[in-house]
Amino acid sequence: MNGGILVLAEQLKGEPTGVAFEMLGVGRTIADELGVQLEAVVIGGEGDEIASGLGAADKVLKVDMGDDQMPVSDTVVSILDQVSDKRSPALILIGCTNVSQGIGTRLAERRGLAHLNFCTKVNIEDGRPVFTSQLFGGKIFADATLPEDKGVVSIYPGAFPAEAGKSEKTPEVEKIDVEVPESPVVFKRFIEPEIGDVDITGYDVLVSVGRGIQNPDNIELAEELAAAMGGAVSASRPVIDQGWLPLTRQVGKSGMNVKPKLYLALGISGAPEHQEGMKNASMIVAVNTDDKAPIFDISHYGTTIDLFDLVEVLKDKLEEAKGT
Amino acid sequence: MNIIVLMKMVPDVVEPLEIAEDGKNLDKEAIRMMASESSEHALEQALILKDSVGAEVTVAAIEAPELDDALFSASAKGAVRVIKITPEQDGLRADISASVLKEFIKQECGSPGSDTLIFTGSQAIDDLQGELGPTLAEQLGLPFIGVVTSIKPVEGEEGKVTAIKEYSGGLRGEYEVALPAVVGIQAAEQPSRYVPFAKIRAAMKSGSIESTEITPEVEGRGVEIARMYVPEVTGRAEMIEGDPETVAARLIEIFKQNGILG
Repeated sequence: MNGGILVLAEQLKGEPTGVAFEMLGVGRTIADELGVQLEAVVIGGEGDEIASGLGAADKVLKVDMGDDQMPVSDTVVSILDQVSDKRSPALILIGCTNVSQGIGTRLAERRGLAHLNFCTKVNIEDGRPVFTSQLFGGKIFADATLPEDKGVVSIYPGAFPAEAGKSEKTPEVEKIDVEVPESPVVFKRFIEPEIGDVDITGYDVLVSVGRGIQNPDNIELAEELAAAMGGAVSASRPVIDQGWLPLTRQVGKSGMNVKPKLYLALGISGAPEHQEGMKNASMIVAVNTDDKAPIFDISHYGTTIDLFDLVEVLKDKLEEAKGT
Repeated sequence: MNIIVLMKMVPDVVEPLEIAEDGKNLDKEAIRMMASESSEHALEQALILKDSVGAEVTVAAIEAPELDDALFSASAKGAVRVIKITPEQDGLRADISASVLKEFIKQECGSPGSDTLIFTGSQAIDDLQGELGPTLAEQLGLPFIGVVTSIKPVEGEEGKVTAIKEYSGGLRGEYEVALPAVVGIQAAEQPSRYVPFAKIRAAMKSGSIESTEITPEVEGRGVEIARMYVPEVTGRAEMIEGDPETVAARLIEIFKQNGILG
């Protein structure tokens, strides 16, 4: 690979996000195997404090943003473009997250580079990085290389160990001066999560419903089952988007990250965006008539019987068990 | 306000997906295409703005199987114009699709004005090589904001909208966007409206789909796909077989063994 690796140390509310360390970890592995430099870019925020925590990088490039604590994606693209001019990296790693959405694509377009999205695995084969991406809701994988091993790769959060990107070392920090253009998009404020009727992050048992619940009237079945187990009802994105449950019940990429003792997934296929919010539950039980649904790949137990046939019987048996 | 919704057709992943003989693409014969969910949300958000503040909504999409149905549905829901762009393109190259749509926007608006919003879906399940919205924004030299779940005009300020963008964990951000701009819609402020089949049939009878042909500018900087495949299962769940009684009894046993039930 002709050139080093540049990682955008993604931040949210002044803190580096988990994917920043995941990218540093995978970037470190590639850099060591191919004998190239790994550099991290910190844009704005508490730059000095964040930079000092990025010891997995050989060097941290710090861009001061003054009072702008949440630079918009167009601004970040412009800054990364200028930093890339100065450093000529072969590979640029960006988080495939809501925070960074669009940055990798736009940067690649501006620099005439290839962009590979949804990356969940990297192998070095014959001295070349081979990237695996997941597509079509996690049902299909693709192995791909970049032309001349140069380009932008968006790293899917939760796919790589964040610990591998954490180091006690103090990195060399270099301040980089760039021109910060004004953007027609202006960040105004954060909107904190609404405090809803139920805080799903606080329950040991979650009965979670997906598209398979079919219509809003059937949510009541899940509510009854959850009540019989002392749990709460959560949901995947399609149920929330239909307005069948409030946003506060959403599990996944944009929603809540939950770690209950039991996550009972009813009619949820297990798209990567959903898995991101629940895969660390102590026990996952999936009920889905599609035996190829990705949810079964991360579940401890599963069944393909119809959820409507199961839920009533399970609820009755749970109530019986309580009575004995 | 002038809103152009760029709809994207993607494979229906509820159906089984198969790999083509070359091992590098989906078997197109074996898939059913549908408008991407976020495209549908983009259309709904445009129609919400049309209803609330008045807007002319145009829906356009690059030719794909089942596209006519999606366009007739959009027309029945309230799009003033629905436009098919031929010929069909490979959906995995966002830069190629964007180059077609850039030419389309130029044909439609020349240079988009401060009353123009271009909506795309935020991200599609087949965006292997980039995302359509930001690629198009870059090619048009327009601002972009994605993962948007709400958009409203700024009161008293022509040519500006307030957009709400999702981050994670329920946290969101409010942005002010000066138009023209490309906006990636994650979800509309309300579920997609229901349209009775009679209205779709009426749209079909009126034959209202316009058509335009645009040849893409192809550049040789796509990624090199070595293979596409159905992932091997590494940690498959222990499957519980039997009738509902048997499965329920086994689940309760498992819950008890693991201290989930008292």
